[in-house]
Amino acid sequence: MTAASDTVVAKPAKSARPSSFRLLTNNRLAALGLIVLGIVVALALLTPILPLDNPDVTDPADRLLPPGTAGHLLGTDHLGRDILSRLLWGTRVSLAVGLSATLIAAFFGSLIGLVAGYFGGRTDALLMRSIDMLMAFPYILLALGIVAVLGPGLLNALYAIAVVNIPFFARNIRGVTRGLAHREFVDAARLSGKGHAGVLFTEVLPNVLPVIVITMSSTVGWMILETAGLSFLGLGVQPPQADLGSMLGEGRKLLFNAPFVSVIPGLMIFALVMSINLIGDGVRDVLDPRLRSGALARPSARTRVDRREVPAMPDRETDDALDVIDLKTEFTVGSSVYRAVGGVSLDLKDKECLGLVGESGSGKSVTAMSVLGLVATPPGAIVGGRVVVDGADLLEVSDETLRGLRGGKISMIFQDPLSTLHPLFTVGDQIAEAIRSHHPVGHAEAWKRSVALLELVRIPNARERASSYPHELSGGMRQRVCIAMALANDSDVLIADEPTTALDVTVQAQVLRLLDDLRREKGAAVLFITHDFGVVSEICDRVAVMYAGRIVELGTTDDVLSRPAHPYTRKLIDCVPILGDPDRRLDAIEGLPPTVNRLPPGCAFADRCPRVRDDCRAGEIALADIGDRQVRCLYPLVETEE
Amino acid sequence: MLAYVFKRLLALIPIIIGLTIIVFLMIALIPGGTAVAILGPLASPDAVAKLNAELGLDRPLVEQYLSWMGNLLQGDMGRSYSLKRPVIDEVFERFYATSILAGTSLILCSIFGLLAGIVSAVRQFGWGDRLVTFFVLIGISTPSFWLGLLLIMLFAVEWQIFPPSGMYLAYGGGGILDLLDHLVLPAVTLAVVATGVIARLTRTAMLEVLRQDYIRTARAKGLTERRVIYRHAFKSALVTVIPLIGVQAGLVIGGAVYIETVFQWPGIGRMLVGAISTRDILLVQGGVLLLAVTYVLINLAADIVQTILDPRLKS
Repeated sequence: MTAASDTVVAKPAKSARPSSFRLLTNNRLAALGLIVLGIVVALALLTPILPLDNPDVTDPADRLLPPGTAGHLLGTDHLGRDILSRLLWGTRVSLAVGLSATLIAAFFGSLIGLVAGYFGGRTDALLMRSIDMLMAFPYILLALGIVAVLGPGLLNALYAIAVVNIPFFARNIRGVTRGLAHREFVDAARLSGKGHAGVLFTEVLPNVLPVIVITMSSTVGWMILETAGLSFLGLGVQPPQADLGSMLGEGRKLLFNAPFVSVIPGLMIFALVMSINLIGDGVRDVLDPRLRSGALARPSARTRVDRREVPAMPDRETDDALDVIDLKTEFTVGSSVYRAVGGVSLDLKDKECLGLVGESGSGKSVTAMSVLGLVATPPGAIVGGRVVVDGADLLEVSDETLRGLRGGKISMIFQDPLSTLHPLFTVGDQIAEAIRSHHPVGHAEAWKRSVALLELVRIPNARERASSYPHELSGGMRQRVCIAMALANDSDVLIADEPTTALDVTVQAQVLRLLDDLRREKGAAVLFITHDFGVVSEICDRVAVMYAGRIVELGTTDDVLSRPAHPYTRKLIDCVPILGDPDRRLDAIEGLPPTVNRLPPGCAFADRCPRVRDDCRAGEIALADIGDRQVRCLYPLVETEE
Repeated sequence: MLAYVFKRLLALIPIIIGLTIIVFLMIALIPGGTAVAILGPLASPDAVAKLNAELGLDRPLVEQYLSWMGNLLQGDMGRSYSLKRPVIDEVFERFYATSILAGTSLILCSIFGLLAGIVSAVRQFGWGDRLVTFFVLIGISTPSFWLGLLLIMLFAVEWQIFPPSGMYLAYGGGGILDLLDHLVLPAVTLAVVATGVIARLTRTAMLEVLRQDYIRTARAKGLTERRVIYRHAFKSALVTVIPLIGVQAGLVIGGAVYIETVFQWPGIGRMLVGAISTRDILLVQGGVLLLAVTYVLINLAADIVQTILDPRLKS
């Protein structure tokens, strides 16, 4: 579970999505492509009625006139033929051939893909093996082979290019069809007595059409290019007919004395293919939702800090290992802002274990991740507060200082040890790397230390295990590795983000005990994030309860667990089953937490609270001291003792 | 690892057999028959029948294939009609020149494609990214044969830095410096398209990897950003991109047909174009088969490298 998915619940319904075509024209490059292609196609269509010279009439007297000559806007070639006229007529041929090849390839390729994907089994195996065979040839080489068999000529070149593009369609369409073949609506159509052909063409085909269109838009450019290429080699269109490729081929012989003869048709091919590629990219962006939401944006090395309010620095005299003061972290997705952490203050005392408890989406992981600037930006940003360690605000220190603190003074243990360990490096290597990035030791020494650390976290055969890759270890072993990595540099502060959640129940207890033993042994302070009060009671000295991005209760574990003051804490504790107490009623909390982009004024828990009164919803409720604990509630469950 | 390589080599056998079948069918499928194609449409029926018998073309297809395959295994791909020499000699001589050109291009496009892709991903939406995206778009939209002509105009005619052509023998001749001198323009031209494609693929792969949890772990450990990107992220991206580079080898080998023609490079590509014009079908067969097998082997090598990089794939 990443920090972002933890918090960002669902995209709110906004105004109707703009149409695909609007999105396409909104993409400036795609719009440019559409304009250029539009002009070229219009010129090609109008060519027969434009006042042009006959493209095939030779005129030896006017050979190789340069562009700009009166009567010959783009000059003449070695036979005195008008280049502008030949260019436009040639463009017509290239376009027609490229489009025909695309249609042929799309037709046969889609047919093969539909049949293979729909019927599956041996039909699929046979068809796709044949397609694989075609793809074992370098693209153009197969086309050359086909032209060699059929003989040079425009139509033969067209067939050749179409054939070599069939596999792209067959593969793409088969993939989508396979996904559709056993969907309910297809089964329903079959049961209603439709034949296979009927189902394929009336039920499956319409759903596959977008994929066919995308594949066409991404291959048509290549096909125009390659048919031009074959003509350039003299294997496509034969004189006197000309396409852009053959014009280039003829111009090549005049390279030294009349370069414009080959530059001009080349430019035309370039403009054509470029505009088609721009449109193709635009189409893909519009139809690929991952790109549209910007989810592929790369997270930066450090969370962006853009604070609207900066609280005062605390007294230097604290003995706290870590002070979080009024921390605010937000995610911006589209035009919505999710206040994942809405002003959290925590003081982690030296050598203590502080639990941070809450449901999924309460902001506890984001709080932990914000400490070391590990929240992904985009979409996250820290918009307020301070994180103080040793009198320095981690939100202000230089990148290099922060890097030194990460894994040095402060270490993290994450939830899922399989996804958090690098799959391509041995575990020993990964621990050694953590050591070497903070200590100037050689590889051999670092390796020795990482074996010792693996022994410390009680991994049997540590020496051999150090050379294992993460996927070769069990879940419990992997989490032990992560703990070893966090302990590698004797950190003062450990931040453990649900370190046992992804593990088997039996392994959970072992890992928990190990972690507790080691933090006492090493004298490290621990910020322990969990949603499990059972775990809290095992190891935490104090506990903070989070709800909708804020702390609602903070106190010693005993106090909070035995006499919860906030109604939410009470509910949360009631959810925990107790072994040997089968009569206990397990209350799931009714309702859902509010989404953090639309927090209500007043208490965020009001809608689910059994004790809610009108003034709960009136306005901001402060975290109030009750004895030695703090509660954010107007009507707490324990007596105020002032 | 050795067992894995052996297994992969075994799996190659059906693919290679498939390739030979397709290449063999080139002769069988010629409209009007090979003999007519060789002798021309005006040949007498007697002469056609005689040549058919001579080539064994009057036997059943399967029998023809088996004897063709038998000859192939003994290194006999027939004689070229236009060159009057064994196809195998001509093809291997030419193959040397093509592998120098295509090999250099493949190295160039791998290096520059990967670098550009990394820059593009790391500086996502920044100027570096825009610059790379722009050049990639230009690169994959430019016909390579035209680009070759433009480069000749500039570097050979205008500035006279590199020779436009004149590579007659790929070995011997003017020595290594002369070879490099002649190699620069064609190798660069041939690499452009594949560089663009590889840069795109690398960018996507890097962006995908940089969002993974283990990259966050690497940062949480206190690694420098340089190490995070070039060691942790790049290794994972490479696992994805390596097999795709293998696929791009097809683009490079195929593109060699144009580039060898433009720069008069004495390789298989140019030979093929000539052989198709003279309808020297046996020569075409030999050239196509050799390049296709090379392509299959390059892809195998890419898969093996991928398995070395990613221990999870071995099992």
